[in-house]
Amino acid sequence: MKHEARIRVGPIGFRVGSAWPGPVAALNALYDGYPTPRDDIPDFTVRLEPERPWRRWVRPSIAIRGDYVLPEASPLALAHGLLAAELGMNLQMALGQRRYLLLHASSVERDGRALLMTGESGAGKSTLAALLGERGWRLMGDEFALIDPATGLVWAFPRAISLKNQAIDVMASGLPQARFGPVLSGTPKGTIRHLRPDARAIAEMDAPARPALLLFPRYGFAEALRGVGAAEVFVRLTQASTNYVALGESGFNALRNLVEAIPACAIDYPDTASAVSLVERLWAELDG
Amino acid sequence: MGGPRFVADPAVERPHMWIDGFAILYHRPSGMTHIIASPVPEMLAVIADAPADATDIVARLSAEHDVAGEGALDAIVAARLEELESAGLVYRA
Repeated sequence: MKHEARIRVGPIGFRVGSAWPGPVAALNALYDGYPTPRDDIPDFTVRLEPERPWRRWVRPSIAIRGDYVLPEASPLALAHGLLAAELGMNLQMALGQRRYLLLHASSVERDGRALLMTGESGAGKSTLAALLGERGWRLMGDEFALIDPATGLVWAFPRAISLKNQAIDVMASGLPQARFGPVLSGTPKGTIRHLRPDARAIAEMDAPARPALLLFPRYGFAEALRGVGAAEVFVRLTQASTNYVALGESGFNALRNLVEAIPACAIDYPDTASAVSLVERLWAELDG
Repeated sequence: MGGPRFVADPAVERPHMWIDGFAILYHRPSGMTHIIASPVPEMLAVIADAPADATDIVARLSAEHDVAGEGALDAIVAARLEELESAGLVYRA
């Protein structure tokens, strides 16, 4: 295609082609410092194309295409080109990833051990991972955790963090503006702004970690803590995985090993400060 | 009792794990994961490769396990067999 970005995020290489220069320029700026795909061979290709040929110029509207396509996906405005590229990369992973068990979860690492956080959209798993990533933890990913069925290790997938609505202000103070993408207002998910993970998250993206704790965070409630039984964890993780069924028995074994190996807890939190202290307390109790 | 005879796939075709009193079972032939509770795993075990009707199943379960409330098991087995057949975990022999 006319304009192209090549980016590697953890073990996954992407090629993003676009009919317009804007989305590729925005993507390259946001992913400044990221490596390119290994041996220059991308795992997935995303194509941002005009919905119809004339829509390249007239009220430009982007259709997300690539190796895997969702036929029902609505086109996005050109102003949201960066979002289209991000969605396209997510889509290729969600539909095409077969090597790893993909959990819709954020993850952070400390001392070689990973904390996984999963939950509904809006539960705060992304914001919480972003916050912890700025407070001494290594951010491994805010969207997908990649579980290797052969080893049980979680691999990092530190894509740009997708901050939505209030989370943008929570993160904006104290961080250099250069790490932020443009403000994308009026998207189907409200206002979105991407944040590039810190330098360490990028430099150490090839280091996997051993899962140690699983949390189901929920934002907007009085602080509370509840143990979650292993059977419930198993069911919730099958729902949080985009490729559990496709992986067949290796997915079952990966999830079985994960559920047997690590404790799980649901946490409710009213604000980010209490969430961070709750996480730190639970983490300290792991060794206690 | 009596009725149709059912059979289940051999144990190796349906690995499972016990957690919190439930068995989470992966059924290789269909690629589906099921969450089941007693006496279903025990029922599958007694008819794996050994077809049986409901009466036989109750007899085999009673022989292998301490069954509480004899009699109640007949209705439970009949109901579970129907569900297991529609889930594809047992089929008619």
